[in-house]
Amino acid sequence: MVTDNKSVDATQSAKDLIKELKEEHGELVFHQSGGCCDGSSPMCLKKDMIIIGPADVKLGEIEGVEFYMHHQQYEYWKHTKLTVDVVEGNGGMFSVEGPRGVRFHIRSEPK
Amino acid sequence: MAFEFPNLDNAQYKIKEKYQNYIGGEWVDPADGEFFDNKSPVTGKVVSKVPRSKQADVDNAVKAAHEAQVEWGKTSPTERSLVLLKIADKVEAHLEELAVLETFENGKAVRETLNADLPLVVDHFRYFAGVIRAQEGGISQLDEDTVAYHFHEPLGVVGQIIPWNFPLLMASWKIAPALAAGNSIVLKPAEQTPTTILHFMELVQDIVPKGVLNIVNGFGAEAGQALATHQDINKIAFTGETTTGRIIMQNASQNIIPVTLELGGKSPNIFARDVMDEDDGYLDRAIEGLVMFALNQGEVCTCPSRALVHEDIYDEFMERVIKRVEQIKVGNPLDVETMMGAQTSEEQKEKITSYLDIGKKEGAEILTGGNVIEMDGDIGEGYYIEPTIFKGTNKMRIFQEEIFGPVLAVATYKDDEEALEIANDTMYGLGAGVWTRSQNKAYRFGRGIQAGRVWVNTYHDYPAHAAFGGYKMSGIGRENHKMMLSHYQQTKNLLISYSETAKGFF
Repeated sequence: MVTDNKSVDATQSAKDLIKELKEEHGELVFHQSGGCCDGSSPMCLKKDMIIIGPADVKLGEIEGVEFYMHHQQYEYWKHTKLTVDVVEGNGGMFSVEGPRGVRFHIRSEPK
Repeated sequence: MAFEFPNLDNAQYKIKEKYQNYIGGEWVDPADGEFFDNKSPVTGKVVSKVPRSKQADVDNAVKAAHEAQVEWGKTSPTERSLVLLKIADKVEAHLEELAVLETFENGKAVRETLNADLPLVVDHFRYFAGVIRAQEGGISQLDEDTVAYHFHEPLGVVGQIIPWNFPLLMASWKIAPALAAGNSIVLKPAEQTPTTILHFMELVQDIVPKGVLNIVNGFGAEAGQALATHQDINKIAFTGETTTGRIIMQNASQNIIPVTLELGGKSPNIFARDVMDEDDGYLDRAIEGLVMFALNQGEVCTCPSRALVHEDIYDEFMERVIKRVEQIKVGNPLDVETMMGAQTSEEQKEKITSYLDIGKKEGAEILTGGNVIEMDGDIGEGYYIEPTIFKGTNKMRIFQEEIFGPVLAVATYKDDEEALEIANDTMYGLGAGVWTRSQNKAYRFGRGIQAGRVWVNTYHDYPAHAAFGGYKMSGIGRENHKMMLSHYQQTKNLLISYSETAKGFF
């Protein structure tokens, strides 16, 4: 598995939310989604919900939570630095913050 | 003319303050009595309460579906076809009502729900009512006394997770073939657009036998996950994004059940030099073909969000395109004159804004738009964005990710080889467009683009009887076509000998 440990950070509000979610759900993992609808958003999942494997690239850790992206997507994203933030909104598929009426959100800067 | 907001007392078509789940033919509250607030993107205000269902509710729905399946699975194609035809007639009779409610829930312009979404829903049920009558099994003579019979049998109880961009149409794409094939359904609508499917259900509840179609609302992380991981479903179908698609496949692998997935795209739309050979009706159609990125506010899996324009015609063609884009009327989606409405959710508006931001930071040039629109009055808190065109290069993030908003990325190309290379330089392969007056060019692009649907000299048509689905990371399976029946059926082979003599082995 490829590791690029300098590509992701988080705002204070995202860090605070992650801490709360860890208390509620235990171990978590981020996986950056792509595609339709709720795509292009980071999914914050209970760690046993998704099998992370050789197809994924690790972009770093936020508050001890590992952040991954599929390697094909990484090829198109690797020139940007990502910041995880929180915005209001329902949704997010299996992402654990959804029922709180908030969503993790990605902001990007060219490296 | 504008329809009144359906949450107002004087509205012709009204939403409810509170909704329930539909399980086993009954309207029921969620087991633990929790509800969540549903906002309309038109106004940005909370307009109703919707069940926040969890595992227990999904369990009840799956159980009810299995009980109903015992009889439903034995019905003849004729009976099921009639059920579908009656659904179509009922929806048609209430088309305007459902269109208005769908617009208020999703934010899309009512001219689209009236003229595209709902008529397609009606036609889709009629199509599958037809093809199930016409479907035949097979009989093969293996030798003089031995015959192989192939029967189609339903899978059983199927789980379906529906997206928010065309709530009723996407539900119909999944419900119609599943019912036609004789399955019972547990359906989880998107939490952003949870209620119009319940209005649909109310209309058809006396047509569909109890328990055959069950609707459970709630959050993806609760009800959605409970359905996707359920051990008693026989298939799962999902339209949405890649991470969830992957998790759904992963869960299906544990239960060894089939999946169909539609996971989006980043569709290229190629404009050959010859589109400007004449200034005629065809050119006008091609210009409109580029502006199609604004249909449904860009919230379409096949949004033609990458336009590739031949460098020789770029300046003149884009000048005319931009004029057309700047004529798009954005506003109250319930006004029949409005051409583009509201984005579906606050989160979606934020996501699109982030892409406007990274597009600018990566150096893409804004040709038109590029901003959030601040509306006044009763839609002042809704989620509105200007139709936007960026010029840039295919390695930029705005060219590679599904923004799911009215944002187009344009690049030029010098020859057909380069156009094809750019078109295929993406993770996805759902839709594509080719605009040319040359049949041969159209054919070569059409076959060369790695996508499940390539439109030629047209775009955004979604008729029944044309297969729709993705190559590459855009998914697995095909919808909208009779071949979809096979995604909802088992094949039973009955191998019979009519011989009356021993084989002679023992």
